[in-house]
Amino acid sequence: MAIEVRIPTILRSHTGGAKVVEGSGDTLNDLLTDLDARHPGLRGRLVTAEGGLHRFVNVYVNDEDVRFLGALDTKLSDGDTVTILPAVAGG
Amino acid sequence: MSDVLSIGRSIIEAIVEHARRDHPDEACGVVAGPAGSDRPTRLIPMQNAARSMTFYEFDSKEYLRVWREMDDRDEEPVVIYHSHTATEAYPSRTDISFAGWPQAHYLLVSTRDPQRAEIRSFRIVDGEVTEEPVRLLESDSVEATVDPHAVQSYMFGQSPASVDYECPAAS
Repeated sequence: MAIEVRIPTILRSHTGGAKVVEGSGDTLNDLLTDLDARHPGLRGRLVTAEGGLHRFVNVYVNDEDVRFLGALDTKLSDGDTVTILPAVAGG
Repeated sequence: MSDVLSIGRSIIEAIVEHARRDHPDEACGVVAGPAGSDRPTRLIPMQNAARSMTFYEFDSKEYLRVWREMDDRDEEPVVIYHSHTATEAYPSRTDISFAGWPQAHYLLVSTRDPQRAEIRSFRIVDGEVTEEPVRLLESDSVEATVDPHAVQSYMFGQSPASVDYECPAAS
């Protein structure tokens, strides 16, 4: 099973500069754990200590924001593309 | 990384017009430019999904669409802008905590004074804010996205009356 994961600039320090990495997992949670094994520290930038998605990132599976799909429990299929973007917000 | 924001006057005027139009809600958007050029050329006003007078957030779906489009066009976000409607044009603690594009210029517009917009630009890298001057260019080759209000409003009082645009469809 291969999931393409697109990494934003600020997180590329965890992927050796790579813009795209590959991983696998039945859920987003599993995928992030899988990625973290090869790219240490990446999961920690996306998941809080309480086990939820960070407020500072948007994660998409194909065209959908995972907040509307199931957050970390979002189911993944072979060939899906996961895109990570830092949230653009402020006050 | 340069220490100045060079940007077309017409783009700044369109950004101010956008901020005034959405006042008292905060307005936000992007100015894209060719990857690696540090030249902001294509203005993309974005929705403020928060629709708040004190908070802004890019609409999640629009954000992905615009970023994919920039990627397809070999562009990057050169400027990320938003407005403050009651406070100064300086990044708030929230602005700093969310600044996730270290190569972008963070442009703040304050519309607290209806007569005079304050416009300031900053770099925000690893939580550190550095102000930089804004250098207005009298560029005659400026792209604008199809936001009819922005285009029409800055056309008023323009001299000469016709402005040469690079049409996105033609590029």
